[in-house]
Amino acid sequence: MARKNQENDRYKSFTRRAILLGGVQAAAFSALAGRLYYLQVVESDKYAMLAEDNRISPRLLAPPRGPIYDRTGLELASNEPTYRAVVVPEQARDMVAILEAIGEIIPLSEEERKRILIDAARKRDFVPVTVKENLTWEQVSRLEVNAPSLPGVSIETGLIRSYPLGKPMAHIVGYVAAVSEDELTGDPLLELPSFRIGKSGVERQFDLALRGSPGNSQVEVNAVGRVIREISRQEGTPGQDLQLTIDAGLQHYVYGRLSAERSATAVVMDVEQGEVLALGSYPAFDPTAFTLGLSTEQWRSLSNDPQHPLTNKTIRGTYAPGSTFKMVVALAAQEAGLGGGHEVYCPGFMELGNGRFHCWKRWGHGKLTMTQAIQQSCDVYFYDLAKRVGIDAIAAMANRLGLGHQTGIELPGERDGLVPTKGWKLAYLGESWQGGETLVASIGQGFMLTSPLQLAVMTARLASGKAVKPTIVRNPEVLDPAFARQEPEPLGIPEAHLQLVRGGMDAVTNDRRGTAYRARIDIEGMEMAGKTGTSQVRRITMAERAAGVVKNEDLPWRRRDHALFVAFAPVDKPRYACAVVVEHGGGGSKAAAPIARDILMETQRRDPLKDRDGGQLAEFLRES
Amino acid sequence: MSLNFDALRPNPRLSLGQKLWQINWGLIFLLLCLVGIGAAMLYSAANGSFEPWATRHVMRFGIAFAIMLAVALIDIRRWYSLCYLAYFAVLAMLVGVEFFGQVGMGAQRWIDLKVIQLQPSELMKVALVMALARYFHGRSLEEVRGFTRLLPPLALILLPVGLVLKQPDLGTALTLLAIGGVMFFVVGVRLWKFALVIAGGLAAIPIGWQFLHDYQQKRVLTFLNPENDPLGAGYHITQSKIALGSGGVFGKGFMQGSQSHLNFLPEKQTDFIFTMLAEEFGMVGGLFLLLIYAGIIVYGFAIALRSRNHFGRVLAMGVSANLFFYVFINTAMVMGLIPVVGVPLPMISYGGTAMVAVMGSIGLLLSVYVHRDIRIPRQGPGASD
Repeated sequence: MARKNQENDRYKSFTRRAILLGGVQAAAFSALAGRLYYLQVVESDKYAMLAEDNRISPRLLAPPRGPIYDRTGLELASNEPTYRAVVVPEQARDMVAILEAIGEIIPLSEEERKRILIDAARKRDFVPVTVKENLTWEQVSRLEVNAPSLPGVSIETGLIRSYPLGKPMAHIVGYVAAVSEDELTGDPLLELPSFRIGKSGVERQFDLALRGSPGNSQVEVNAVGRVIREISRQEGTPGQDLQLTIDAGLQHYVYGRLSAERSATAVVMDVEQGEVLALGSYPAFDPTAFTLGLSTEQWRSLSNDPQHPLTNKTIRGTYAPGSTFKMVVALAAQEAGLGGGHEVYCPGFMELGNGRFHCWKRWGHGKLTMTQAIQQSCDVYFYDLAKRVGIDAIAAMANRLGLGHQTGIELPGERDGLVPTKGWKLAYLGESWQGGETLVASIGQGFMLTSPLQLAVMTARLASGKAVKPTIVRNPEVLDPAFARQEPEPLGIPEAHLQLVRGGMDAVTNDRRGTAYRARIDIEGMEMAGKTGTSQVRRITMAERAAGVVKNEDLPWRRRDHALFVAFAPVDKPRYACAVVVEHGGGGSKAAAPIARDILMETQRRDPLKDRDGGQLAEFLRES
Repeated sequence: MSLNFDALRPNPRLSLGQKLWQINWGLIFLLLCLVGIGAAMLYSAANGSFEPWATRHVMRFGIAFAIMLAVALIDIRRWYSLCYLAYFAVLAMLVGVEFFGQVGMGAQRWIDLKVIQLQPSELMKVALVMALARYFHGRSLEEVRGFTRLLPPLALILLPVGLVLKQPDLGTALTLLAIGGVMFFVVGVRLWKFALVIAGGLAAIPIGWQFLHDYQQKRVLTFLNPENDPLGAGYHITQSKIALGSGGVFGKGFMQGSQSHLNFLPEKQTDFIFTMLAEEFGMVGGLFLLLIYAGIIVYGFAIALRSRNHFGRVLAMGVSANLFFYVFINTAMVMGLIPVVGVPLPMISYGGTAMVAVMGSIGLLLSVYVHRDIRIPRQGPGASD
């Protein structure tokens, strides 16, 4: 009986405990149900969003870059389809064998093979690896024909920037290239592997406008990032069109003309509005080579070239203006009250303190008027003017004519140049200004530095009497309001003063005694007025002068003088201004003036501005 | 009108037909539901393919079902006498894992028998229940309330726990401890003893922490703060919660779970299959599945309370506790309530040993019910009452 009771106790205890345990388990299940409710009802929106984030990956679609045209509508930069071969390692399976097979069709160097294999090993198996870019059409079709024996290989198309005019346009249009590390701004577009941005020229200046805005596509991806399918697609907006004021035909001519020299620049611009029609800097580079990616070897040879093909010397090259500066001194003197009647006797030198300042003509010019002084480029006459008006008045006039500061052209990297003043010298060199330095400055030597574009601007302002600013883009305000065009204002220099200077320049080319008479234009109605200049690269020592100055031709190229020439045409009613600098070309009259003549003749023959004023001149020329 | 003498006999002999009639077909219906759901989820996990998981899952169920029926029909007294043998056989296998075990995911858990890969730690969950049931059958309440009589069953628990910890498999070791604890509880061990052990256990945590492997420490830390390591160890649980939460009330639809089908969800065919179900069928689907499990566990309780022998009662409670821990640990883990430990979801997760172990234990449960009226003397079936 005891055993029976024992058994009973055990059963009772068991039952109690079992019910208790059941309660605990029921509570645990309730907790599970509550947790499900919390996750799937209370927080479901949050997790639904996270799941979508997981699932959908946005992909940027690069917009086509805006094309660039010249003033006549010729394409200077366009987008051409490009083909590249890619291989998906996952589908190819044996990469080495596939590369062997591709190598039979398109040549692959050992280096390329290595690069492809490393790429393939580093990326996920389903990510395409580029085998070769910029395939020719023939290579594309040969790959397509052999497609069955090339698993995983496919052709992708893209757009590549193309510069049909090549070198003559290189410094103006610039080029695009892959984005470098320090150019990343956080804009995801820049992180697309095939994306290119403008690196120089207007490609760089108007990069943002040319870029356009990206489209996007939403693709479903799995956990390892493989694309499953595209969900939606929105194309981007293509970049803005850009039209330049450059006349491509004239530019081509200018570049060809400059190529007779080792290193030379020329600027042609409209004197009324400042439209730059040609901006030649020789030698140049092939912008397409940059777009495709330069080899280190190509890069080294370009950047080490003493002729500096990568530098746009029209805006970045600075040269002492030499005698082309004399017009500035003439205007400053007139403003100070020294009129055309002011005469100076030139014995071949001027003495100042215990220094002797020479004229280029050893035995002197004799007695000269201002017009004659410009015509014959007499140094002593301008020493005299400068001594009378002082450096600061000259510098002020130089600034008004556009020298000594950036012209504001829509190109990156323009240099200021330098027009020295007393204040400048004290501030930068900590020395006071010497009277002799005024004399040196008056003939455009010494500290004075100007860019060829500044010289062209100076000439255009002399010719029109307006404060024209150079511009290279016809629709700049569309692209960047900062570059909006303004109607040029009058310079505020009396017309009579300008006429006197223009008369002197007319005499330079069209009078038998003028320094550039041999480079005159003798077609009626196209005559040019100009001014020669020679910019010393080295200082002529007293000893050298005593022994007789060494002729330029006998010096090594790098030590020869720069030859300069500025001109406008036609003389009667100026339309075009031109500045030419031939680096180490010797004298301005011999090296630079003929180039300016040829360019201005070609310019007037083409008359790129004829559309603007009804093409009257062009008609006139055709009739005559 | 003839008298039914069988009913008066203390230990009636049942024919095979009578036994089959006694089997709880409702419980079997619930099992069939589970396997059907499991097969459907495995079909979905393979992106709409019966290969490689769904077909084999159903085939294994067929084999396991036969094993279950056989276990159910064998006399409970036969099982009583086989308990220790089963226990020590599985214990031997656990020792064998130490020497011949296959290394997988940083732990030695499997024995490769060529045909099947056996995971003895899953079998141990059942074997431990059997051994403890037999031991406590022979102990009176007074003995259980004492101290010395609790030492042998404690050893029965700690031996396999030690071996499993060495694999290392913290999740299974804790499950074995929990099952043992539940059985100690139902047989009437004094509550203050539990309190003492739990207090001791808590005090030992700082010491035990140092014995944990780096990855186990990391799991616990990650559990405490999953955002700390969103791409590493916390990735699984974060993605599981995203999948569950984004399923909402009614789910994304069969085979429409983006988290599972785009592979954001790891181990979706095994430990995280509940997540996939709740993503595709929502809270409704998740609760439905929990209800089925609850139904099976309730069957276990009912069978335990109905048994007229203590061995059967304790055995049934142990089996249902085992099932409870499987379901609770797995689902609480994928919901981010407890740290990630490798425990499958019975009948749903893909995996052979667990399927056989669970079906075998349900076979024992059925056997307890079929032989519910058989009395077994405390000294064993051979002894006279």
